[in-house]
Amino acid sequence: MNSPAESTISAPATSGGFDAAAFERFLESRDEPAWVTDLRRRAFEIYQQKAATELDPEEWKRVNLRGFDPAAFEIQSAGKPAAEFDTLMHDRATFAGAVAHVDGTSTTTRVSDELVAQGVLFGDLSELVRDHREILEPHLMSGAVHPDTDRFAALHAAFWTGGTVLYVPRNVSLEEPLHSLIGLAAPGAAELSHTLIILEDGASATLLEETASTAADAPGLHIGAVELLVGQGANLRYVQLQNWNQQTWHFAHQGGLVQRDGKLQWTVAALGAKLAHVHQDVVLQGRGAEAEVNGVTFATERQTLSYYTKQAHEAPHTRSDLLYKDVLRDRSRVIWRGMIRVEKDAQLTDGYQRNDSLVLTPTCRVDAIPGLEIEADDVRCTHGATAGRVDEEQIFYCMCRGMTEYEAMHMIVEGFFHGVYDRIPIEMVRETLSQAVEKKLGIGRI
Amino acid sequence: MSSLLRIDDLHVNVEETPILKGVNLEIRQGEIHALMGPNGSGKSTLAFAMMGHPKYEITGGSIEIDGVNLVELDPNERARLGLFLAFQYPVTIPGVKVADFLRHAVTNVRNPDRKEGENLIPMREFRKELRSKMEELGMDIEFARRYLNDGFSGGEKKRMEILQLAMLNPKFAILDETDSGLDSDAVRVVSEGVAKLSGDQMGVLIITHHERLLEFNTPQFTHVMLAGRVVETGDASLAAELHNQGYAGVRERHPIAAAEEEKAAEHVAG
Repeated sequence: MNSPAESTISAPATSGGFDAAAFERFLESRDEPAWVTDLRRRAFEIYQQKAATELDPEEWKRVNLRGFDPAAFEIQSAGKPAAEFDTLMHDRATFAGAVAHVDGTSTTTRVSDELVAQGVLFGDLSELVRDHREILEPHLMSGAVHPDTDRFAALHAAFWTGGTVLYVPRNVSLEEPLHSLIGLAAPGAAELSHTLIILEDGASATLLEETASTAADAPGLHIGAVELLVGQGANLRYVQLQNWNQQTWHFAHQGGLVQRDGKLQWTVAALGAKLAHVHQDVVLQGRGAEAEVNGVTFATERQTLSYYTKQAHEAPHTRSDLLYKDVLRDRSRVIWRGMIRVEKDAQLTDGYQRNDSLVLTPTCRVDAIPGLEIEADDVRCTHGATAGRVDEEQIFYCMCRGMTEYEAMHMIVEGFFHGVYDRIPIEMVRETLSQAVEKKLGIGRI
Repeated sequence: MSSLLRIDDLHVNVEETPILKGVNLEIRQGEIHALMGPNGSGKSTLAFAMMGHPKYEITGGSIEIDGVNLVELDPNERARLGLFLAFQYPVTIPGVKVADFLRHAVTNVRNPDRKEGENLIPMREFRKELRSKMEELGMDIEFARRYLNDGFSGGEKKRMEILQLAMLNPKFAILDETDSGLDSDAVRVVSEGVAKLSGDQMGVLIITHHERLLEFNTPQFTHVMLAGRVVETGDASLAAELHNQGYAGVRERHPIAAAEEEKAAEHVAG
């Protein structure tokens, strides 16, 4: 699987839109409590050290950063961008609350009175850090995602522009889902939003998040982080549908920590971006914790979609189950690197990971690299990866039933993704994904 | 006027090897034809070539429906002209529900000019029709929600082919060993299904080794293939003779074709 390094990764020539002067200007523009500023300053120091050293060549040998110039992007000054978004999910269902950010500025915050009465916090991180230090500080960039992970994590921790916070108190169950939109509008905008979900013990919630661009050709940059903290016996369903335009660079660290008997069901869909490189980690920290991870990636033209997933079992009797399905067309690339890590104490765990790729044209390339690191001696871990072309006999069969070759191929692609959709219990999400895929296939009705 | 399917001097190569060497056949709507012959005589090749499988290269001759030559047409265009093939080995399409698949198929065949993405036939109407056809064929309605042929038994797959035949109601249907690999109950169900469906508006070409399918669907014509040609044509009694006595008599009556058959078999074995 290991191919020779295609490009040597040099230390960045510039920190461009993110240098020390830019950082000071950024801090000045924000009127934040001292504890937040201190966190940012520490993170910026880490960033400067990280930026002066090479990126991990093992990690970046398959993901080509040529053409990426951070100096070409700028954090937008606050103001209300009047942007119109075609969101895929928001109009489909009743949401108990909705938050939207455009170019790093919060544009909408709506939450039902009922939720407020139950002690739920749902809103913009920039706003909530002012009055809710006791809830946010213990978790913000200190558990699920750490600034010292790499250059991008540090940059995010120093410059995060806002983001969506959901806090659900102990034993509170939210029946209706919540919606979050992260948007890019101005050409050259940098967006560093942070998603932080905290479920106290016994709480449950569903958050559907999507990313979108207003214009198809506006270059954009997103350096994001997602932190999901699932308390004991809590149950979180989180969906992120990445649907940027194909001029957007997307870097993200996403982590979920699950405590004893907690459950996390996490679905990611990657349709957009010029290049996306995402770390998605689930860490099962308490006995009996469970995580189910679903991934749908569909790459076309010259897109590169790269997902590095980790399922870390740190306690006994934990269970993780990951299924990614990728479809590639044109000259696109998909990279999936999966790791199941089982610590010595995590006996009787059950870990599963699988990646299936369907390649529509011979000019694309997929790298699927599963991995296991197991310290415990009484576990069940299974992994697998398949990659294949569309079966010509399937195409012929469909054509015998009156379908054109394209229609047949589209039907087979949709069927292929259905293997993931079937694991998603929210019908609206299944429908959204299915229609988004149809649209990208060029047969959409939306 | 009834439609006519006409195959004239058809030559077909598979991977450069000639398999069909001049096949002639005429089927009218409402007629049942049996096509028999030993393994390797070219029966399935004829079926795939008629439907337009890309691996079966037509090197000469023609296949026409009412004077329209199918040879240059894609399989979907042939299907839209009213040709249907029930597969010997139906393909599995994971993640695609029987009902969704059939709704696309039925819409395309009934509206031959439809482009992808254009409206499908109305759901309510389609469901009603599907339900009634499934009941007619004694199929559990649950099948409509399952993925096409995914995890189906051999008998279930064959029955699914017959359901598609019922929904698409073609002018001409080719049944490629639809009775093979089935227990006798399943053969009966399939045979009865075909008998119910084929009226005076459907011409049927039944490719079979067995007699059971023909008991329920008495052929007006029986054709025997040997070494890539139709060497004999008779009535139902010829099918019965072949069933009882095998192909020794046919080989005796056609020594040149029999010699070719032997040579081709050696070639495969060698």
